[in-house]
Formats: sequence, structure tokens, C-alpha cells
Amino acid sequence: MAHAVVTAALLIGAIGLSACTNANRFGSGSDPYGAGASGAVTPGSASDPTSPAYFQAAVGDRVLFPVDQSSLTAAAQSTLDGQAAWMASNTAYNATIEGHADEQGTREYNLALGARRANAVQEYLISRGVAGTRLKTVSYGKERPIEICSEEACYAQNRRAVTVLQAGLGS
Amino acid sequence: MMIASHRIRTAPRPHRGGDQALRRHEVQPRQKGAKPMFLRAISFVFACVIALHTAPGESVAQDGPLRIEITEGVIEPLPFALPAFLPENAAATQLAADISNVIAADLEGTGLFRQIPAQAHIGSVTSFDAPIAYADWKAINAQALITGAVSVDGSGRATVKFRLYDVFSGRELGEGLRLGGATNSWRRLAHKVADQVYSRITGEGGYFDSRVVFVAESGPKNAREKRLAVMDYDGANVQYLTDSSSIVLAPRFSPTGDRVLYTSYATGQPEIYVMRVGNVRQQALTDGEGAMTFAPRFGPDGETVVYSRTTGGNTDIFAKRIGGAPVQLTNTPSIETAPSYSPDGKQIVFESDRSGTQQLYIMSAAGGEARRISFGPGRYGTPVWSPRGDLIAFTKQNQGRFHIGVMRTDGSEERLLTASFLDEGPTWAPNGRVIMFTRESAGAGGQPALYTVDVSGRNLRRLPTPSAASDPAWSPLLP
Repeated sequence: MAHAVVTAALLIGAIGLSACTNANRFGSGSDPYGAGASGAVTPGSASDPTSPAYFQAAVGDRVLFPVDQSSLTAAAQSTLDGQAAWMASNTAYNATIEGHADEQGTREYNLALGARRANAVQEYLISRGVAGTRLKTVSYGKERPIEICSEEACYAQNRRAVTVLQAGLGS
Repeated sequence: MMIASHRIRTAPRPHRGGDQALRRHEVQPRQKGAKPMFLRAISFVFACVIALHTAPGESVAQDGPLRIEITEGVIEPLPFALPAFLPENAAATQLAADISNVIAADLEGTGLFRQIPAQAHIGSVTSFDAPIAYADWKAINAQALITGAVSVDGSGRATVKFRLYDVFSGRELGEGLRLGGATNSWRRLAHKVADQVYSRITGEGGYFDSRVVFVAESGPKNAREKRLAVMDYDGANVQYLTDSSSIVLAPRFSPTGDRVLYTSYATGQPEIYVMRVGNVRQQALTDGEGAMTFAPRFGPDGETVVYSRTTGGNTDIFAKRIGGAPVQLTNTPSIETAPSYSPDGKQIVFESDRSGTQQLYIMSAAGGEARRISFGPGRYGTPVWSPRGDLIAFTKQNQGRFHIGVMRTDGSEERLLTASFLDEGPTWAPNGRVIMFTRESAGAGGQPALYTVDVSGRNLRRLPTPSAASDPAWSPLLP
């Protein structure tokens, strides 16, 4: 199922790319909506397969981890396969991988654990062909939870590594 | 901010006892054959007892010593009388009252002392140098009597004089002291007096004239704003050292209290800075290392910093002199973090998950082989060596609960002092008697706050802070 989604995403990505006549329009990173809006796809929106919004929504910008783990689950690997493919097609983007932990841990250890998670994602993306020079990592430990309850439902969402795109130098 | 102290040479003539007894305590407290008024040789152990030689209403042993003996057993706070310090001139009226209140609050806050309210006093102190009518204080069962006077001179300088009396022995305990400082440092003057009283009665160093650096927090849990702040040990005089533009974490005082190490996301990734508290000037410690660095602590020399550095997802422990080159102390694929020097600077206690879960280890300050010291159920982190050198305080996670605990440096005699949803990050009072830590409440509205607990596990208290607060670090006793 996950593979089917990825395949679909890649297909849309390919169509999006072929429709794209101005690959550098996000080059500055400052005005994603400013130029070249035409056709059915609103550039920069989630319907634009070359957009960070699409990456976030359709490819999936994050993977989740079990408690105190930094190993990648099958679901995580599937998401990262999609991320790697997207980055292969959208070479104008670099990414910072942010590693996070839930609040059930001490501050220092969680910083180190978040770094492990970010690194696991970075290594996986590199193994799938993304140039290491396009990837950076940072750990936020437990400093930036996305869900705020103190239950496993929230913790599961907080134990994450998020691939945050930056409009890079192009290629 | 300088505070000068002088002994007051001319002691008032007590009704009983005499100069010999006073001198004995100041000069030769351990003299053999002399009956000590309190025990100085108090071993650092696990519970406090106030060994009172009398209970209210009982007849009193005439020569019983005033002492708080720190040992295992039941606790009964020692009752003291502190008649409001006398203002020696009109300018000192308010200050005398304020200083008296802070001294009493310091002593009561330890859980070791109980103030006898002024309404219960029979006697009064009308002059600092007048003889003490011990019977009046015995009658209300005041074990200790603290008298004092405050004056303010034309240039705004305050002077506090005080004396401490062992009521049931009818003697002054130690010599009178005169302390001087700027009027706006009046709280420090009060803390210094309280430290003297505490120290003379317990035989241990004080901790009231000290500060705490911490992280002031505001905003919702998923967008917390954090600022470095410093305050007196009791929560007074809060000053902010940074704004909230970057996440800041885990500040630590230098051994002299003039500088603070901390971790900031100012560059986008966590890196270590050192800040001079006096002028808030900061300097990057690990710039150029090209890596995430965090969990710094000073060595006892005040020049060496031990910290964690993460490269390729792996976290190890490094040390460097400020401005010097980093030296790698651990080299394993596991997480090594939260290092803390022994007081002599020869060893480092740290946490590692090399066994599979977080546990505590001790290694030489030069690195190399480490020995594991924690073996109980659960995980152990954030170890901090006590100022006395004999104990390690730590955070323990077990069965979904967090604890602050202590163990000996060989891992024996583990004792958990607290339990809650989330307690973490212990820091020692300068005298090693009290531990401060962060306690965070659960849920979407969860907030951290600062708490203290006696090393005996008693006297859990929440510190008053203007906002949520975390990551406290206690300064040394101020000079």
C-alpha cells in the first residue's frame, strides 16, 4: 500500500516536472508564489509536485520512531524512498533533517537521541542516491514537540525526524 | 558587589558561660576535653535529625549543647527566636525589618529550624550590647537566639551586626559579626547572617548567599520561548541574561560564579557559549568544531570545560580549555553525555547507553576506561558530582516515573529523593545538603518549575519564579 502511494507520487512528480518550464522559479526561496502561475497546477501549492508543500503533504516530510530507537521502520524507509526520489527530481532543494524526541527522557540524552534519528535518515537518503552535500542534520531533542499531550498518541508523533527543504543553489 | 565582614570584638557579658566558651568555638572548636557546643564532625549522611535535648515543657539540662546533629532518624526543627533586628538610625528602620525576615525565611526554608513568633516572646532585646536574659528565652523554649542591629550611613552603606546565642547553655555561639555592604545588597547581608547561623549550629557550610542560573520559559509547549536568567537562591532578584530569540539550554556556573556555560541554537544548531554574568558578554566555546555541542560543565579550575559533541549522529565526550583545542575523552558508537567533574578534577562521571540503556559511569578526567556505577532497574542520567565529592546526584527513569536520587561514587547506597511525572537535572547547593531540580507537570498545559529537596529526601519545596522555569544550576557560595 505504501509502495503504491509512493509510486503514484513519483508519477505525479514526473508529470509535474515535465510541465515545468521554469525550474528556477523557487531559486531565491523567497517568493514561491510570485511567478509563472498557469494551468491547473498552482505553483508552490500542494498540487504542484515540485513544491515543498507537495513534498510535505504527498511525499511525507517525516518519519516516526519507536521509543528510544533510531532504527528506521519499514514505513519510514518507504517514506524516505519517496523523499530520495523527490530530491533526485528536485535538485534545487537541499534539506535539513531535524531529529526530535518525546518528553520521556532527560534533556541531554534526548538531544543525542534526536541526532541519532536525524543521522539515520540522512544516511538512508544518501544510500538512496541523495548527495550528502545537500543534507544537514540538527537535533531538537524534546525542545520542539508537535503534539503536546502527555500520552503515547502524542509521543508517537513527537518521536520524529522531519526533512525540511531549503531552496538551495540549484544545480 | 562587595560585602565586608568583621568580628565584633567586644562581646556582651552573658549571664552564664563566658568568654572562654566563645573563644573555644571560634578558635579551637575541636579541642579535646572541651565539651563542644555542637558537633562539627558531622558525617555527610542521609537524614537530618535535630537532636534536641529537651521538649517543650520539660525541665532543661543546664549544660546541654545547642546542636543539629545530622544523622538518621526523626526530624524536629530547632526552635529559634529572632527578635527583629534593631534599627540603629532612622534610615535603617525598614531595612532592619526586611533583613530580619530574610534571615528567618532562610533558616525556616531548610526545614531544620522553626521560628518562634514574636507574639510568643516574653523577653525583648532593647540594645545589641545588652546582656541576654536567657531565662526569658528558655521559657519559650528557644534553643537559639539571634540578635542584631542595622544601620545605614549617609552614603547608603548598610551595616548589619548580629550575635547567636545558645540559650540553654547560656552562652554566645561564636563571635558576633559585623557585615557591611551597599544598601541594595541588603538581601545578601541577610543571607550572610543566616549562613553564619546555619553553619555554627550544623557545623556545615551555608548556602543562602548563592545564586541560581536557570532557563525561564514561556509560551505553549510546542512553541516554548526560553531565556537564560539568574536569581538569588530563594528566587529573589531575577535578571534575564538573554532574550528568547534562540532556544537556550542547561546553563552551568563557573566555580567562581562569575561565568556561565550554556547551549544555544543561535547558529541554528546547538552550540556552547560562555557568558560573563556581570556584563552579559558571551563567547562561542565550540565554534569551528563544525558539530552540535551541548551539555557543558566547568572543571574545578574554571578554565577547562567538558561537554558532548555529536558527529555523524554519534555523541561523545570532549574537553577543552577555553580557547584551546578539543580533546576527545570517549570514543564509542553509543551516546556519552552529561559529564560532570569530581571536585578535585581528576574524574568525570557521565551517562552512556553503551550497555543498551542510559547508565552512569566514571572515568579518569583524561578519558580511557570507564567503570559503571549504576545497576538498579531503569535508566540513569544527568549525574552530578557533589561538592563534597562523596555522592553523585542523578535522574532516574523507571516504570514511567522520574526520580532525583543520590548514590555513593561506587554506586552503593542508592536513594531516591523524589518521584513524579518528570523530575530531572539535579544541581547541588554549595554545601552539598540540598538539591535543586526541574519538575515538569504532565499534559498539554504542562509546565516546568524549580524545586529543592534536602539530600535526606525531606523538605521538598517549590521555588517561586516569575514564570515557568527549568534547568537550574546552583552557584558556589558568593565571596
